[in-house]
Amino acid sequence: MKLTLALAQINTTLGVLPANLEVHLTKIAEARQAGADLLVFPELSLTGYVLQDLTPTVAIHPSSADPIFKPLLEASREIDLVVGFVEEDQRHRFFIASAYLSKGEVLHVHHKVYLPTYGLFDEGRFFAWGDTVRAFDTRFGRLGMLICEDFWHASPPYLLWLDGADLMLFTSASPGRGLNREPRLESARWVDHINQAYASLFTTFIVHTNRVGYEDGLNFWGGSTIHDPNGELLVKAPHHQVALTLAEIDLNQLHRTRARLPLLRDERTALVMREMSRILGEGSPVNR
Amino acid sequence: MMNPIDLSINTDLARQILTGFIHSEITRVGYSRAVLGLSGGLDSALSCFLAAEALGPDNVLALRMPYKTSSPDSMEHAQQVIDLLGVQSLTIPITEMVDPLFERFPDANQMRRGNAMARARMIVLYDQSEAFKGLVVGTGNKTEILLGYTTIYGDSANALNPIGDLYKTQARQLSRALGVPEQIIEKPPSADLWAGQTDEGELGFTYAEVDQLLYLLVDQRYSPQDCVEAGFQAEFVSQVVERVRRSHFKRILPPIAKLTNRTIGYDFLYLRDWGT
Repeated sequence: MKLTLALAQINTTLGVLPANLEVHLTKIAEARQAGADLLVFPELSLTGYVLQDLTPTVAIHPSSADPIFKPLLEASREIDLVVGFVEEDQRHRFFIASAYLSKGEVLHVHHKVYLPTYGLFDEGRFFAWGDTVRAFDTRFGRLGMLICEDFWHASPPYLLWLDGADLMLFTSASPGRGLNREPRLESARWVDHINQAYASLFTTFIVHTNRVGYEDGLNFWGGSTIHDPNGELLVKAPHHQVALTLAEIDLNQLHRTRARLPLLRDERTALVMREMSRILGEGSPVNR
Repeated sequence: MMNPIDLSINTDLARQILTGFIHSEITRVGYSRAVLGLSGGLDSALSCFLAAEALGPDNVLALRMPYKTSSPDSMEHAQQVIDLLGVQSLTIPITEMVDPLFERFPDANQMRRGNAMARARMIVLYDQSEAFKGLVVGTGNKTEILLGYTTIYGDSANALNPIGDLYKTQARQLSRALGVPEQIIEKPPSADLWAGQTDEGELGFTYAEVDQLLYLLVDQRYSPQDCVEAGFQAEFVSQVVERVRRSHFKRILPPIAKLTNRTIGYDFLYLRDWGT
């Protein structure tokens, strides 16, 4: 099965949902025109990233009752969408969230689990952390979504892999940092490395959409990528420029790679469980 | 002898990020133009090159603001930058602004005089900011900001600073890549507040030395002791650490005494780019 993916490497207006919605609808029209089946927007694509005290004012709920989600759900009848937003739950906790929209329905919502609160990051001050990592079924097979810091930790991609995700959709609003002699910033080099590593280790497709633009002195570096189950780079968007990047992927590559390299077949999940129980159990090194 | 630390940067990438920054931060608030002071030195030449590339030379107003003791070379070097880039320019001497103050306080030392000149230039810059409808682009590098080698509300005052995360050594490398005239790059850095003044003479160490030390202390999070073990003189390290600490007030907004549940600076948190 072949599938055309589109990565919407956009800039955002900080805290202005209607302006960002307009950008989404424009990109959706472009991606549809170009024949895309699934269009992935970056982390917090509907709100911008450094929200701080704007967080509660931009929080929404993904349903057709919401004026921002209504047109996006309409658009999802023609093309599957991943959008980034702030979700406020019934108990008024705020999450960094990604929603997968298809055929007018919200198929899945992921809440960012790992909220970086160090260095230039302050997410833990404003957001609640998600508490689940789940794969979900779509018309293209079983997928998984993670947001930025989620995939700086090895366990969420590992859990998605075991939960059946053969296509992982990663989204970021990654501030560029670490200028040295190299043509890529250190932050860009790091993300490229780990995405290639996940594709290789899990013999899976890794899709990453990062945003561009500036918020005060922060630059967002773009460079969105797709890696295939062999760990090969299929496509890379430019750094620091708005782009709509398309690539056709062949899901049969999963069959070919895993026939050669049966890492998933050989994964010893019962051993992992047993050892995790020991490591985290009473009297274990972690608890000493 | 310690190994020299490589501070070199990819200048193409720096140029792309910094011109993008200037363009974004000026246009998103509805402006299209920039104003900056051109001293004839390297830092302001670099900011001017970046601003001209980001906005187009017609949208940049470079101000030469000499005092009567300013070096004629400084004026000449600033003119070279203006001619090379084709930016708009004005020459507004500050002598008539500051001399009445100095006549009132004839005993004022060099520090007071230098600060007054820097603040007079700030007044001119912000006046032209309104007249030209352009935002003031800063020209201070990371080394001088960290060392506090600036006048608060003088040369430190600006609307955005493209070069404040580049050490002097790196600003020099980027200037060379952008085509800043070699004479400007090679001459000893100077605030040009009095004849013969040089930064390195006044600071008591060279930029080459202090940039390497600051890089370890700030960027690489070395402890002062780690820096000594890396080969820096203990006295030099403690002098620089103390300078950074004592000058921190120049790098932050003045503290507001907290009384209410929500106080500007503590728990009223928005980026400047809020809503844009």
